[in-house]
Amino acid sequence: MSMMKPAGPLGAAAPGGMLPQGPSPPGPHQFGQNGAHAQGHPPQRFPGPPPVNSAVSSYAPYSPSTPSSYPSPASTSSIAQLGHQLSAMHVNSYGSGMAPPGQGPPGSPSAPLFQGPSQPPQPSIMQPGSQVLPPPPTTALNGPGASPLPPSMHRQDGLPGPAPLNAQYQPPLLPGQTLGTGYSPQQAANYGPQMAGGQLSYPGGFPGGPAQMAGPPQLQKKLDPDSIPSPIQVIENDRATRGGQVYATNTRGQVPPLVTTDCVIQDQGNASPRYIRCTTYCFPCTSDMAKQAQIPLAAVIKPFATIPSNETPLYLVNHGENGPVRCNRCKAYMCPFMQFIEGGRRYQCGFCNCVNDVPPFYFQHLDHIGRRLDHYEKPELSLGSYEYVATLDYCRKNKPPSPPAFIFMIDVSYSNIKNGLVKLICEELKTVLEKLPKEEQEETSAIRVGFITYNKVLHFFNVKSNLAQPQMMVMTDVGEVFVPLLDGFLVNYQDSQSVIHNLLDQIPEMFADSNENETVFAPVIQAGMEALKAADCPGKLFIFHSSLPTAEAPGKLKNRDDKKLINTDKEKILFQPQTNVYDSLAKDCVAHGCCVTLFLFPSQYVDVASLGLVPQLTGGTLYKYNNFQMHMDSQQFLNDLRNDIEKKIGFDAIMRVRTSTGFRATDFFGGIFMNNTTDVEMAAIDCDKAVTVEFKHDDKLGEDSGALIQCAVLYTTIGGQRRLRIHNLSLNCSSQLADLYKSCETDALINFFAKSAFKAVLHQPLKVIREILVNQTAHMLACYRKNCASPSAASQLILPDSMKVLPVYMNCLLKNCVLLSRPEISTDERAYQRQLVMTMGVADSQLFFYPQLLPIHTLDVKSTTLPAAIRCSESRLSEEGIFLLANGLNMFLWLGVSSPPELIQGIFNVPSFAHVSTDMVSIFFRCFCGNVQRNVLCSCATTYYKVKKTVRHIVLYKKENLMF
Amino acid sequence: MATYLEFIQQNEERDGVRFSWNVWPSSRLEATRMVVPLACLLTPLKERPDLPPVQYEPVLCSRTTCRAILNPLCQVDYRAKLWACNFCFQRNQFPPVYTCISEVNQPAELMPQFSTIEYVIQRGAQYPLIFLYVVDTCLEEDDLQALKESLQMSLSLLPPDALVGLITFGRMVQVHELSCERISKSYVFRGTKDLTAKQIQDMLGLTKPAMPMQQARPGQPQEQPLVSSRFLQPVHKIDMNLTDLLGELQRDPWPVTQGKRPLRSTGVALSIAVGLLEGTFPNTGARIMLFTGGPPTQGPGMVVGDELKVPIRSWHDIEKDNARFMKKATKHYEMLANRTATNGHCIDIYACALDQTGLLEMKCCANLTGGHMVMGDSFNTSLFKQTFQKIFSKDFNGDFRMAFGATLEVKELGVGGTSQWKICGLDPTSTLGIYFEVVSQHNAPVPQGGRGAIQYVTRYQHSSTQRRIRVTTIARNWADAQSQLRHIEAAFDQEAAAVLMARLGVFRAESEEGPDVLRWLDRQLIRLCQKFGQYNKEDPTSFRLSDSFSLYPQFMFHLRRSPFLQVFNNSPDESSYYRHHFARQDLTQSLIMIQPILYSYSFHGPPEPVLLDSSSILADRILLMDTFFQIVIYLGETIVQWRKAGYQDMPEYENFRHLLQAPLDDAQEILQARFPMPRYINTEHGGSQARFLLSKVNPSQTHNNLYAWGQETGAPILTDDVSLQVFVDHLKKLAVSSAC
Repeated sequence: MSMMKPAGPLGAAAPGGMLPQGPSPPGPHQFGQNGAHAQGHPPQRFPGPPPVNSAVSSYAPYSPSTPSSYPSPASTSSIAQLGHQLSAMHVNSYGSGMAPPGQGPPGSPSAPLFQGPSQPPQPSIMQPGSQVLPPPPTTALNGPGASPLPPSMHRQDGLPGPAPLNAQYQPPLLPGQTLGTGYSPQQAANYGPQMAGGQLSYPGGFPGGPAQMAGPPQLQKKLDPDSIPSPIQVIENDRATRGGQVYATNTRGQVPPLVTTDCVIQDQGNASPRYIRCTTYCFPCTSDMAKQAQIPLAAVIKPFATIPSNETPLYLVNHGENGPVRCNRCKAYMCPFMQFIEGGRRYQCGFCNCVNDVPPFYFQHLDHIGRRLDHYEKPELSLGSYEYVATLDYCRKNKPPSPPAFIFMIDVSYSNIKNGLVKLICEELKTVLEKLPKEEQEETSAIRVGFITYNKVLHFFNVKSNLAQPQMMVMTDVGEVFVPLLDGFLVNYQDSQSVIHNLLDQIPEMFADSNENETVFAPVIQAGMEALKAADCPGKLFIFHSSLPTAEAPGKLKNRDDKKLINTDKEKILFQPQTNVYDSLAKDCVAHGCCVTLFLFPSQYVDVASLGLVPQLTGGTLYKYNNFQMHMDSQQFLNDLRNDIEKKIGFDAIMRVRTSTGFRATDFFGGIFMNNTTDVEMAAIDCDKAVTVEFKHDDKLGEDSGALIQCAVLYTTIGGQRRLRIHNLSLNCSSQLADLYKSCETDALINFFAKSAFKAVLHQPLKVIREILVNQTAHMLACYRKNCASPSAASQLILPDSMKVLPVYMNCLLKNCVLLSRPEISTDERAYQRQLVMTMGVADSQLFFYPQLLPIHTLDVKSTTLPAAIRCSESRLSEEGIFLLANGLNMFLWLGVSSPPELIQGIFNVPSFAHVSTDMVSIFFRCFCGNVQRNVLCSCATTYYKVKKTVRHIVLYKKENLMF
Repeated sequence: MATYLEFIQQNEERDGVRFSWNVWPSSRLEATRMVVPLACLLTPLKERPDLPPVQYEPVLCSRTTCRAILNPLCQVDYRAKLWACNFCFQRNQFPPVYTCISEVNQPAELMPQFSTIEYVIQRGAQYPLIFLYVVDTCLEEDDLQALKESLQMSLSLLPPDALVGLITFGRMVQVHELSCERISKSYVFRGTKDLTAKQIQDMLGLTKPAMPMQQARPGQPQEQPLVSSRFLQPVHKIDMNLTDLLGELQRDPWPVTQGKRPLRSTGVALSIAVGLLEGTFPNTGARIMLFTGGPPTQGPGMVVGDELKVPIRSWHDIEKDNARFMKKATKHYEMLANRTATNGHCIDIYACALDQTGLLEMKCCANLTGGHMVMGDSFNTSLFKQTFQKIFSKDFNGDFRMAFGATLEVKELGVGGTSQWKICGLDPTSTLGIYFEVVSQHNAPVPQGGRGAIQYVTRYQHSSTQRRIRVTTIARNWADAQSQLRHIEAAFDQEAAAVLMARLGVFRAESEEGPDVLRWLDRQLIRLCQKFGQYNKEDPTSFRLSDSFSLYPQFMFHLRRSPFLQVFNNSPDESSYYRHHFARQDLTQSLIMIQPILYSYSFHGPPEPVLLDSSSILADRILLMDTFFQIVIYLGETIVQWRKAGYQDMPEYENFRHLLQAPLDDAQEILQARFPMPRYINTEHGGSQARFLLSKVNPSQTHNNLYAWGQETGAPILTDDVSLQVFVDHLKKLAVSSAC
């Protein structure tokens, strides 16, 4: 794993909280204490560190805390301490500390733990939610931030049972502890006198916030959750300062607004942050410095990101047969970083410094400042992002590519027929096929379509337009799949519409009597790939699959889900594919431009780690609907299907990231396949897929020249055109660590950390990975403290402004079910989330790891705007409220037990809380008429739905006796 | 006693049997000295409108090693109700139902006129006939269209309850499911991968399915239809479906680039057909009918690669051992043929293409299973269409002239053992050559005056799906070759002998080099002449042969020149085709094949058969030659001129019109009757197709003996082949030579 560096001793300072204080929200709360994952992590594991405020918990803006409370701080490395603290924080959140009102399930595994550590050996250790604390009702919703509960959870167990969500709740209160009201005094005692604003300037900080100092040890138990830097506040703040403005990309090393901030981006020479976001916009000049700070240098590139309509779409540059102008040496494409010299006859490459002749067709005179006269006429000279028309040299076999094809492959085994899924898919295809993506100037889509159904054999369909009825060809030789027909398999939808409709009508009936339970999987992909290969075109397979492929065929899988592996060094096996068949299949697919998108409808273990491999490596998407139920999930699935078919996508892509001298791209994360160390191959890449690229120094970087990045993606459009999409970005370089820290972006950092950790999951024990994450975070902060911050008490945690919420976010990442196993989270769900995160862009990962919690009950019925999000913590849930929680994947509606009946009536049209049932979720989203309240709520939810296209499951939770 | 000629004819008509020797030499040594082996031509299913089958089962000899069937030659003790087996001399009790028999109340099988009798077996389930079409789709559009029409037509000719199936092939092989409504469904196989019968059945889902889901839907009727029903359906149920399916059949859609042959998976297609029937209907009457328009070019059984620049193997290549795929392909088809034969099914091959189609490699499929082999230039010719139609012709009873799953058993006195052959497909003209060996030693010959008996037992499935047994029991006298040579000589059947020798020759030609076979044939002829000719040593002019041998040398002369032994000018496929038919036609047809018949039409009298000789080619004659495979009408030079002058259209020359018409009518008659339909050639003096005639006639006049050049006496043939005259002269010389 690339990010682990041995942490050198960095002074003796014990971390202490010292932060500008945000406005204190009412009510004590401890952020991010989610989920009941404590089993196996007894707090005793974290001895040693001097009693400090937990990193996250100490948010008093720089207070000279009483040093006495920290025995021999010098004796321990601050990094280690920070690390311990972070992990303590993390682990404690699963501990018994949280004792909100409510009943824990009898025999909850965490109960004994709860008792044990209540007398910690080092009482002075401040651990948030420490056992001795009377913890506020902090247990947050389990899903957000950690692992959104798959809907299966509440469906499978038939609901009355304790759901993991609340499993954590520990009923007993410890002596001397009070709930709720008891907090205020403690809280007050907790914080020392305010300090005048810290010496660190935090642009956009929280002026006037009460500065608090970390209290004496005996008081540190009572942390004010509000003293933790609030992501909500940070987001709001950025919105306030930069939202709605025009952000021009004309300055090198400029840190863009947060992903959560709406603004108009104007390309003035650097790629929009929608395409590329970096972990830092100022690179350290030397590798030593980079090692010292241990801040990952990475870019999250989303080359096909969707651009809002008020921003300019990419210009298309066409040099005809000459093709793009490129540096002779490093092959970088013409871009704003090329310096024209000698009157415009030559240019110096900004990446490798090679001096090239300007090709005659491209010559232009320079003006008085050495800029070409046509600077503003040519997108490649003035813009950060643009496209080139590629010449035949850029095509396979030097032949213009054929337009791509979509092949729909439907599992028609017994269960899919029985639950109506096949019928649903077939019905829906009739509609969505009308909306196949097309080039803007074209009338109809150039994409051809084909159909395959399968159980343990494959059925190909001939839907040639001149046929009176479709013809079915059964392929039983699944061991060695081939394409049984050429003509008539891939057809133009418009031409063959009647035959296709005929077919889609018949498929559900055709297999209505099928008893076949067994399925194959690898041969299905193989068949699609072979079909594309035979047709000599790239394309996308849409596979609708539901079961573990146990039929005798290549890629046959067995159920190897073994809970016993959890929390052992062998846990990683669960994330690895069962057989290497899928790996080589993925390789073949990528080689032939075959992207695989998989819709999974599992009712039990299907081995997502194996099945999902091909979708992941071919740039496809994996959708998973546990225990698919027609009335609950069909809308969800159909939306996903529609979006997936219609979304912008490029096929048969190769991405190359070039950098200026001094550093280079070393590691890539995403839905990609790499045959060598530089070319990122993708069977397809769509608007939602991002590739995270890590950079390393191989020389010194100059402060003057900066660090330049050019990302070029060669791809085939949906119309069958070969194009190059170029994104350029220039970053600053500095030999000052402070500059580095100032230019960091936490959201991108978390994206990088998540992907690198999730990749490492395949090879390393989770424990090691968690430690590495904790240590690196600690190291980054410690380095800042040592080198950038004014001397302060060792007990204080000093956070650079750009990383204010890093510990919070890191905690969220550490609690994700991929990194932290809990028996009630299925192996498949973990593998699924792991895969999902690997292709996420920054905005997606931000929301995924720090979900939005919307207090629906505060909704202004007269307004169309959403209520402001609140901090994502269980303590923010009030019994009188109704909350909507969304992480981009799932939505949860949480009903407080005493939520106002009129609200209940308004939303669900039932008189009271007791009448609400989970089935009403669909009502919730289906009703668009009548009651105002309902209306608004619906529009609220649907607006949300539209904004976040990836929103997946909507799950309704009622707070009543824990769960229902 | 009537002449032997009449005796032979009677026997043939009644029993369908002709022996080379009608009196048998009594010891092994004597038999070998006869040169022509003791053998017979048997037409097991010779049409016998006068022979209604009896509706009971035959009575068998109780000795387990014998099991001969009660016949008119058995001695019967009517009082004791016993009969003695005339093969093993076992005394058998009649079964209870025979209690009433007496001298005056005999069952049919004991009457002498029922030396051939047919029994209908009542036991056992009756399965419908099965016709499995295996159709090549790598055809030209009009060829495919014609074939589709022929196939559609054939559906109306099949018995309504017969099962049909359809397999099509090109680059892939498709097994069509026939029972589906609304959507046509087929199982598709890679054309390059050979599969075992088990794999095929698994892939087609023919293995008995486990029914785990049965309980899940109790509403469903529990009846389990025949597993194979998806692929083989009764004609009456699906003829509409199948007609549509055939109508929609497209040419193989895979592109064939310039300079390539289409990829044709005949080997796999046939293998799948065999495997399909093997698993589902073993030992029932089934025909696999392969229609192919070109050579197999991929997969097991491929005969030639798909590169057009590499031509398909010729005899030249084969002699040079240059035929890359031949051995492997032959092995593949032999394996299939053997499996098919084991199952009692048969394979027909209908190959229509201008070039070769690999009949050489595939011939065993038809040969070993009693299937038909038809070769033509195109499916769009009347040759194919009518031949194919003829397959479904019906006999006087309205039954198809085909039998299935036949086995022949021969029981013979003196051997004691039995011999069985599986023939599978049979039709009324199928004729087998059976060669016997006399096992009695010279010093212990069969006693004088005794009669040897042979019983032929043919078990088969009649086209009415009945199982039947036809029993023919014959007897001939034994004679001592030393003392009674004249008897034996007089009982020689030279026609049968010629055909039997020819069959032996062809059999040898399959495995030996051409010249070796000719040499063997010559030697046999010389030995025969030495043995039975009357001559003075070293005096060729004194050589005489008796009447019963007189034509034999002439047959041999033409046999030597026939395409059965000569591969020159024939492709390997053609040779295979000719040999296939020669080996199964009856005696008359076989003789036509050996020595074609030539008729002459003129104003001088009614049409007359003339010598197959170049001297018969005269300017004012019209000739009609029948070689079995070809019908040639040849107009003499003068006739051509007359016709050109248009005399036939003038009322006063109506007789000329009649003369022109007469051979055409006769030819039509032959064309109608023959299977497979011959190639019909209408040519004239100087026409390019006249070569068919010229290559057959005896070259009595050639450019080497120009005395007849331009004279009225015939047409010279430009050949170095020896004429019959030269041949006979040589023969005489060698026969009388003591050196030989």
